[in-house]
Amino acid sequence: MMFRIILAGLPWVLRGAAIIYPEFKAKLEEKDFIAQMKIQDNSKGRWFELKGGKIISKSGIHSNPDATIWFKSESIALKALTPFKNWAELVHAGKNFQMGASGEDAFVCAWMDLLGMMLSVGYKYGEKREDGTHRYVNNTNGGPVYVDVKDGKIIRIMPIDLCEDDADSWTIEARGKRFTPPRKGTVTSYSLAWKSMIYSEDRNLYPMKRVDFDPNGERNPQNRGISGYERISWDEALDIVASEFKRVKKEHGPGAIAVSHGSHHNWGNVGYYLSSLIRFFNNVGWTRIVHNPDSWEGWYWGGVHHYGHSMRLGNPEFFGQVEDCLKNAEMIVFWSSDPEATNGLYAGYEGTVRRLWAKELGIKMVHIDPHYNHSATFYGGKWIAPKVGTDPALAQAICYVWIDEGLYDKDFVENRTTGFDEWSDHIMGVSDNMPKTPEWAAKETGVPAREIRALAREWGNKKVYLGAGGLGGGFGGACRSATGSQWARMMIIMMGMQGLGKPGVNFGNMQQGAPLDYSFWFPGYAEGGISGDLQFTGAALNTYSRMPHVLSMNTSKQAIPRINLPEAIIDGETSGFPTDPTSMTGQFFEFKYPAPGHSKIQILYKYGGASLGTMNNTNRWVKMYQSENLPFVVSQSIWMEGETKFADIILPACTNFERDDIGEWASAGGYGHQFYSQVNHRTVAMQHKCIEPLGESKSDYQIFYELAQRLGLGFIFSEGCSEIDWVKRMFEASDVSDNISWRKFLKKGYYIVPPDKPKGRAPTAFKWFYEGRQKDAPEPHPLPADYGEEYLKGLQTQSGKLEFVPETLKKFDDPQRPSVNKYMPSWEGPDTKELIDKFPIQLLSSHSRYSFHTLGDGKNSVINDIHDHRALIDGHFYWIARVNPVDAASRNINDGDLIRLHNDRGSVVCAARVTERVRPGIVHSAESSATYDPLGSPGKSADRGGCVNQLTNHRSQSKKSSSMSPNACLIQIELWNGDIYEKPENDAKIGKGEPDEQVA
Amino acid sequence: MKKFNMIVDVAKCNNCYNCFVGAKDEYVGNEYKGYTAPQPLHEHQWVDIKRAEGGQFPMVEAQFRPEMCNHCDDAPCMKVAKDGAITKREDGIVIIDPVKSKGQKQIVDACPYQAVFWNEELEIPQAWPFDAHLLDNGWDKTKIESCCPTEALQSVKVTDEQMQKLAKEESLATLAPKDGAKPRIYYKNDHVFRNVFVGGTVATQKDGIEDCVAGAKVTVLKAGQEIGQGETDAYGDFKIGRFDKGLGQISVQIEYAGSTQSIDAELDESLYIGCVSI
Repeated sequence: MMFRIILAGLPWVLRGAAIIYPEFKAKLEEKDFIAQMKIQDNSKGRWFELKGGKIISKSGIHSNPDATIWFKSESIALKALTPFKNWAELVHAGKNFQMGASGEDAFVCAWMDLLGMMLSVGYKYGEKREDGTHRYVNNTNGGPVYVDVKDGKIIRIMPIDLCEDDADSWTIEARGKRFTPPRKGTVTSYSLAWKSMIYSEDRNLYPMKRVDFDPNGERNPQNRGISGYERISWDEALDIVASEFKRVKKEHGPGAIAVSHGSHHNWGNVGYYLSSLIRFFNNVGWTRIVHNPDSWEGWYWGGVHHYGHSMRLGNPEFFGQVEDCLKNAEMIVFWSSDPEATNGLYAGYEGTVRRLWAKELGIKMVHIDPHYNHSATFYGGKWIAPKVGTDPALAQAICYVWIDEGLYDKDFVENRTTGFDEWSDHIMGVSDNMPKTPEWAAKETGVPAREIRALAREWGNKKVYLGAGGLGGGFGGACRSATGSQWARMMIIMMGMQGLGKPGVNFGNMQQGAPLDYSFWFPGYAEGGISGDLQFTGAALNTYSRMPHVLSMNTSKQAIPRINLPEAIIDGETSGFPTDPTSMTGQFFEFKYPAPGHSKIQILYKYGGASLGTMNNTNRWVKMYQSENLPFVVSQSIWMEGETKFADIILPACTNFERDDIGEWASAGGYGHQFYSQVNHRTVAMQHKCIEPLGESKSDYQIFYELAQRLGLGFIFSEGCSEIDWVKRMFEASDVSDNISWRKFLKKGYYIVPPDKPKGRAPTAFKWFYEGRQKDAPEPHPLPADYGEEYLKGLQTQSGKLEFVPETLKKFDDPQRPSVNKYMPSWEGPDTKELIDKFPIQLLSSHSRYSFHTLGDGKNSVINDIHDHRALIDGHFYWIARVNPVDAASRNINDGDLIRLHNDRGSVVCAARVTERVRPGIVHSAESSATYDPLGSPGKSADRGGCVNQLTNHRSQSKKSSSMSPNACLIQIELWNGDIYEKPENDAKIGKGEPDEQVA
Repeated sequence: MKKFNMIVDVAKCNNCYNCFVGAKDEYVGNEYKGYTAPQPLHEHQWVDIKRAEGGQFPMVEAQFRPEMCNHCDDAPCMKVAKDGAITKREDGIVIIDPVKSKGQKQIVDACPYQAVFWNEELEIPQAWPFDAHLLDNGWDKTKIESCCPTEALQSVKVTDEQMQKLAKEESLATLAPKDGAKPRIYYKNDHVFRNVFVGGTVATQKDGIEDCVAGAKVTVLKAGQEIGQGETDAYGDFKIGRFDKGLGQISVQIEYAGSTQSIDAELDESLYIGCVSI
């Protein structure tokens, strides 16, 4: 009875919505078709004919409907037709053929879109303000923002202020003082620069086809990056892409479509690559381009083996560190750690105030970095500048002094660690006749022996926090060099000697471990989003059970290590090692391309355009794009930048300010579990669609949805949900919905998660380990099977202890990762005799400060005007390269001159910044230029865009890992003479960069 | 009469450029009638961050100072403006009228602080208008303050007497007075930007091993008079400031365990004298 009443009322509701909401009327007018709703056995039903926006409806079964939605029984139908859906029941019903859809997918989708929109069309977003603007909220990878909009145009973007309604802030009492963070969000420059990126003249506003690309004739791959584009319609573009998908799947079989994506050109859990993109491509079948743990490298490939933490890719737990450091520490050593530049990771300037408190309390600071970095300039303290990549030698000499002078925690070493004797024999030279004295290290590092001794003594006599990497426990820097694993291993070894978890002795630089609520769940971006992928995202942990949805699974088992994508295309074969956070040994399983029974790549689907600025030896990418082994390239991109111009078809995506999404600030989840620990107030943002997509651009979700419909996958992809429906499902699945209503959340735009009361705060990281207690850190790792004896007893290592000489590495033979962490000089550094005369300068390319990967940079954004980011010379914004005056003077280089950075891999023209802030012999120039601007032919000439990664080696840190090492790079610099340095061929060397393949 | 002033704490500026970008966001593409015409996308630096680096590897420092239109009480730009193109509001804010100022390039040249920019396209001079359109609309602070993560920027609305008192109490200084301009932007801890240091390292040799000397007493003398002193730290480093630039000939006296060394130096810019063995 109810079924019949609901169906009978439906046309009236649809008509009513069309009268009130013009956008609904437009949707109703989009397609003419007949939809049938019925009980499976045809016992009951009603059909609806849509024609020019009018609805004709009759009870009964239509003879020839375009789309049919059927239910096995009335009771199931009622569950599906209520506005208060129980998704667990619906997904169950769908998966078990208790309901379903038939007919042409596009009509099924059109009907489901209408039914869904009926519920969401009346949502009220944001707040009207007196000045005539409407205030929305959105989120960025540098923090949440208010977005003021007037007449459909964004007027301003600015940080959010907390209001009285919001949860109270936390307070830490330390050494007689009380510290409370300011009640506002502190965001990054590239968060505030979004308006200029949204309205950038470099936006892709229409679908485009390369002019000399004909899918049915000459494809001219050799002209990629050279030939221009012509505007085509969405239908033309999507038809070409869909027909190419069908063609290669039919002609070549599984794995023919490869998908390569960058990270973080957008923020939000629904639209992200770990969400919509995976959901779509899992249903198409794809070859995964495996991301190496790019900013973690050494921690993952090396660090993990000493103390576990594979879930965090080798980074340590961090609970309670802010409070413990303020209360107990006497010194913080920032080692390759520039939180003011990297913002920890995603966290704006939230950690800054805490570091200022540490300074106020008189906690000493030491900065070890070849560059006198942004944090060092701000906080001051001793600067120690080793040559790039020699840090492990410095660390070993510190260990030497500790052992020699008895300055280590002997009780901890005896009871909480294994292998110390063997380690000590290595350090003291017992096993190799080479004591690792400060004098030994001084020759290698360029740091005077006396300073190494002084640091070792001060460290050994004080309670010290080791801030290693931008997060304080990992991220960026020295872990991204040939010696990256050695360095990260040394960081853990050193903490093992100093008593990790003792009050005042821990990892950290005040960036992580704010006293927040760590049990309140809202999914981070790596927790799968809507992907339904249990294998390659963190969905299995919470999202899948909390937000019931149909799982998706990629049937192609083929994978390519990202850094060797050009080799896969050009050579047709490569191999790599996986990023597997589930265990310490998952990383040992080599995978080969092509995979058995799989096709070689026929299509490269590129999402974003970052590779030329972010990968290594990137003229290889140009060579790949111009290879005839690659018949089809699609780029789904917001901007025409980087490698976008190498695509055959460009699908214009919009930004996350032009579509609906939801996301928590600085929350990754998965490999970055509880990354929100960096912020002062946990902030979950409703990411309002603030304006309509510019031009003809569409959201990533919508592009995938429309492609899916051409493959009959639309309903499978959407589950009948639009983006806002998915946002609501995610909201309802999370703990946020227990605390604020959907309506209020939509209006206000954010929710602040109240922090724990002081007595309920998470205990300090590793304190349980130091005290030999059951683990009480609130993290779901290691997996139960990885405990050696009893669950929650000890670390993830075989012994359950911190292993100076790891058991895992004893059983795995990788020449650059011996079980005893020996110092092996960088394979491209000051000791590389065959290169150093020709290329005497070490290039240090750290993460950029004013852009995030390629986001913020280029695309005509206002970030380009930042003096410390680019320099405007003769009408062009040049990338900055920092040169010591000694190196500048000997080459006649003055501040502001245009210089050529070059080696055998390429040439990049940059603006010289002559500064004492880099060690002589080193040039500092950040990675991640968004702009690739070759002066002549792409891949064969100098680039004035600033992609210094054209110069870096793509060799893996060690033979049996897939680990990038951009900070192992020798170059020469000279005044640029205006030449374009055109070569007849793109001679970028293809191969894994092993010694015998290296350019010389 | 309460008037607006801005206090910029140089010690709290970490060079994040949020003020610069915040001002770009506010004014590029936006017209606020009676206040400003849109700012060009590039080149104009209505709020700018100046950088001062000192010292030599391996003892260096860098400081940053946000600079902007000073909203001078005796504004040189007003003196050259014609047709009432520039007005001084009762609350202290200086507004360059985007219509009346058309073609008046002399306004750009008149600013002694290079804080006025010429808009080539619109042919008007432009400067940061203290976010007056927002303050007039009920905002309790400027937008650039909201964008600053370290609270290095703080606008205050007080009487001139109160401001003078505050300036005295907190040792606030304006940028060097030029052309009698009387700026309303005040700088706290500005000495860190302007001053220079002399630094060095003290080491000693024993049994062929070099070690840092901590606790050596270091005195800086000019013409025989002590002008500064300090002590070496665990790394043997001393860094003594903050001196005015261009101090000229000085001598650095290092005393440790009964022995004394004196080094003569020229202190114009920040100087690292190197490692002294004692």
